[in-house]
Amino acid sequence: METGMDSIERFEYDVLVLGAGGAGLRAAIGAAQDGVRVAVICKSLLGKAHTVMAEGGVAAAMGNVDPADGWQTHFYDTMRSGHFINNYRTAEIFAKEAPDRVFELESWGALFDRTPEGKIMQRPFGAHTFRRLCHVGDRTGLELIRTLQYKGIHCGIDIFQEVTTTRLLKDGERVAGAIGYERESGRFLLWRAKAVVLATGGWGKVYKVTSNSWESTGDGAAIAYRADAELQDMEMVQFHPTGMVWPPGVRGILVTEGVRGEGGILVNAEGRRFMQDYDPKRMELSSRDVVARSIHKEVQAGRGTPHGGAWLDITHRGAEFIRRKLPNMYDQFLHLADIDITKTKFEVAPTIHYTMGGVRADPETCATNVPGLFAAGEVACGLHGANRLGGNSLSDLLVFGRRAGEAAREYAMGLTVLPGVDDGEVRLEQERVLRPFAVEAGENPYQLHAELQQVMGEHAGIARDGASLQAGLDKIMALQERAGRIGVSGSRMYNPGWHTALDVGNMLLLCEAIFRGALAREESRGAQWRTDHPDELEDFGRINFVEYRDGDTMRLKTYPVSPMPPELAALFASDVAPGLATAPAVGPAAGGRE
Amino acid sequence: MAQPQTMDQAAAPEAGAQQATDMTLSVFRGDATAGEEREYRVPVGPGMVVLDAVHWLQANVDSTIACRWNCKAARCGSCSADINGHPGLMCKTRLDDFVGQVVHVRPMRTFPIIKDLVTDVSWNYKVAKQIQPFTPAQPAPFVMYQRDVDRGQEFRRCIECFLCQNVCHVLREHSGMDRYFGPRFMIKIAELEMHPMDTADRVDLLAGGGGLGFCNITKCCQEVCPEHIHITDNAIIPLKERTADRYWDPIRRLFRRRRTG
Ligand SMILES: Cc1cc2nc3c(=O)[nH]c(=O)nc-3n(C[C@H](O)[C@H](O)[C@H](O)COP(=O)(O)OP(=O)(O)OC[C@H]3O[C@@H](n4cnc5c(N)ncnc54)[C@H](O)[C@@H]3O)c2cc1C
Ligand code: SF4
Ligand code: SF4
Ligand code: FES
Repeated sequence: METGMDSIERFEYDVLVLGAGGAGLRAAIGAAQDGVRVAVICKSLLGKAHTVMAEGGVAAAMGNVDPADGWQTHFYDTMRSGHFINNYRTAEIFAKEAPDRVFELESWGALFDRTPEGKIMQRPFGAHTFRRLCHVGDRTGLELIRTLQYKGIHCGIDIFQEVTTTRLLKDGERVAGAIGYERESGRFLLWRAKAVVLATGGWGKVYKVTSNSWESTGDGAAIAYRADAELQDMEMVQFHPTGMVWPPGVRGILVTEGVRGEGGILVNAEGRRFMQDYDPKRMELSSRDVVARSIHKEVQAGRGTPHGGAWLDITHRGAEFIRRKLPNMYDQFLHLADIDITKTKFEVAPTIHYTMGGVRADPETCATNVPGLFAAGEVACGLHGANRLGGNSLSDLLVFGRRAGEAAREYAMGLTVLPGVDDGEVRLEQERVLRPFAVEAGENPYQLHAELQQVMGEHAGIARDGASLQAGLDKIMALQERAGRIGVSGSRMYNPGWHTALDVGNMLLLCEAIFRGALAREESRGAQWRTDHPDELEDFGRINFVEYRDGDTMRLKTYPVSPMPPELAALFASDVAPGLATAPAVGPAAGGRE
Repeated sequence: MAQPQTMDQAAAPEAGAQQATDMTLSVFRGDATAGEEREYRVPVGPGMVVLDAVHWLQANVDSTIACRWNCKAARCGSCSADINGHPGLMCKTRLDDFVGQVVHVRPMRTFPIIKDLVTDVSWNYKVAKQIQPFTPAQPAPFVMYQRDVDRGQEFRRCIECFLCQNVCHVLREHSGMDRYFGPRFMIKIAELEMHPMDTADRVDLLAGGGGLGFCNITKCCQEVCPEHIHITDNAIIPLKERTADRYWDPIRRLFRRRRTG
């Protein structure tokens, strides 16, 4: 069947899942029941998604090592870290369901590290009251993705690997499918579907110093926005306190929080354990926003390491322990930086890690404001508020991946016919995607990517202020102009220049959203630190900023944060986390570590 | 050739990388029909890996050079290639290991070439589907001790880079892809077979379509594994013993049957 200027291969499904990270795979498994036809589309090969990089663990309050832990405490920690602009209901569902989702992984073959009693081992992590992160050394993401991958391939799901989606198709208000291209050949593919689950991950690649994989260009969020979905809390971008610093080629690569979880300490150039000046109670295991800011402040004050960071030291735990608990970290430093972390301290500095904002999704079903479109995982917004807790992403993928998949299945089963596809819309999209080939002596996509990263680092970094944010936004708007003139050469076969050209368009859109949100939020909260508005303000704690499309213009509005019901609000009445008063003194917050 | 400006999109030489020197990278360019190596000059800073150099070329010289990568942290197993004759990960291979030499970067040899450094590894995904998945008698939570899972965890470190498949002579030289699943899937099967809670039996598969008998324990696979998995020692040899018991030792076979009821 031919459509317009270019041949296109067509498929029909009930549920289409965009993304094969933890969220996408869990969604697909949840959708593929009752004869529902499911396809998964992913930009990389199966099993390579960004999720594979996750290290430290998956947070679930199963209380295997600290029996006093429970969903209330996990809920409490999540809301507090999010500075209360998270959706309380999302956080409540999350905290209640996370343990079952982890057990489910075990039922599907995952092999977590064990306690002496033969249960799943749990480690401490920043701002978690109890030891809560189920883990496999420092390669928990690999365990998660492999388990879901090998479960998924036996569930009758069709998988399109190395295929990039560029647009959601709609039938009136409703989602009707998607269009994309195969990287290998550059050929167009079109999937008609009754429901679409968006699980395309975050956009950490808009920054240069980043821990993220190449896929994290935010395609899904940009595509959803163009299809009239609402983006929320876009200003909230997480800086992980500890990325590698030296040599230059490795700058930004993650140093798992597990290093601090297993006892690693941070010291400045003067040898002082500086976290005692910023958060003496939680020290290195304070929340990420606090630790990242503390390192930043130490460097600003002239107490940084030779390459502008802090020292991280875990040598006191001994070589045997380090190699067993942190084998990848050991290997990573030895290979890439010629450093043996069992023998010497090493430099770390903040790196971009996670995007808390994203497509606004319903707590129960992950439905977006676009009928038939569901969102789960890092691309979705609601759970993490102004700052994500370490380990909460992996359980987010499982809890809401499943919910999104099941809700999409039910929605699809309720539709008797496939929504229609408008061939004119398809033709326009093909033209847009192929345009860079027609531009001669155009802008270099890699150059534009480097420039946008420069702008984000300079104007939307850890410390922000109004004037600089405005200047950054202006620069991004100018780059958007130039992006219209990107040119690429060569054929459509596996052409990285072309792929980058399309990624850049998506990234620039999300950069704009980050700036608009950051400008509007005239306060400091969680990851957003405005030096010109240093206080957290009550009024801003009651709203989420939401961006939406109005023709070609991005508009901003606010939604009220829904207030907690009394029984949940009561958990915050005292300053002590639920369970802590009665807990044996073993958890990190109970002073159980040196 | 474009002017190599300092554009550290690809983490190439940047301010602070004072002693940048040039190196010659000879990259395979071509597709399934034809191809040859082409030489490029690349400025090299401290700690740069081969993947950085390829990225620098894409950004500054030729944006059509195809390579696979994801994590640039040796986690995802996407960037396998043949580097100066040694199969390895481009993101883990340092350029300063080759000072004074031309660095030849070629695609893996066993899989069909798609373009430049990208090969068609889809066969591996077809094999994966033929292996019966984990089949527990009851759902989790399980009681399993660390010593019960140690071996399985070793195998589950696998990042599916397929470098072991690439060097296995059964797959490479004897085009054995229709006879042998290859080392990657031997450790997959070993992991499942050694899982304390698994109830399925994959021994017939190993002896039959899995083709375990074709492996003659050369250990080449084990040598290239970037995750240092003892593929032959800890997976293949024990699996061979298990299969031999079943097929060649009728008394033990009877015994085993009676035991498992
Ligand atoms: C180094 C590192 C360590 C981390 N450690 C932890 C940890 O210990 N614990 C924790 O909880 N979290 C951790 N995180 C965060 C966590 O890993 C991620 O937030 C999470 O994996 C995101 O999963 P996802 O399923 O939403 O998306 P991803 O895993 O990012 O997957 C996105 C999927 O969408 C596909 N996709 C994207 N765009 C398109 C498109 N246009 N067309 C088709 N497909 C597309 C991709 O191919 C991919 O399959 C870590 C992150 C990093 C970077
Ligand atoms: S030991 Fe066996 S599997 Fe490994 S390379 Fe040799 S023949 Fe292949
Ligand atoms: S066993 Fe080792 S070499 Fe083989 S695919 Fe896995 S990680 Fe790669
Ligand atoms: S890019 Fe992931 S292993 Fe090299």
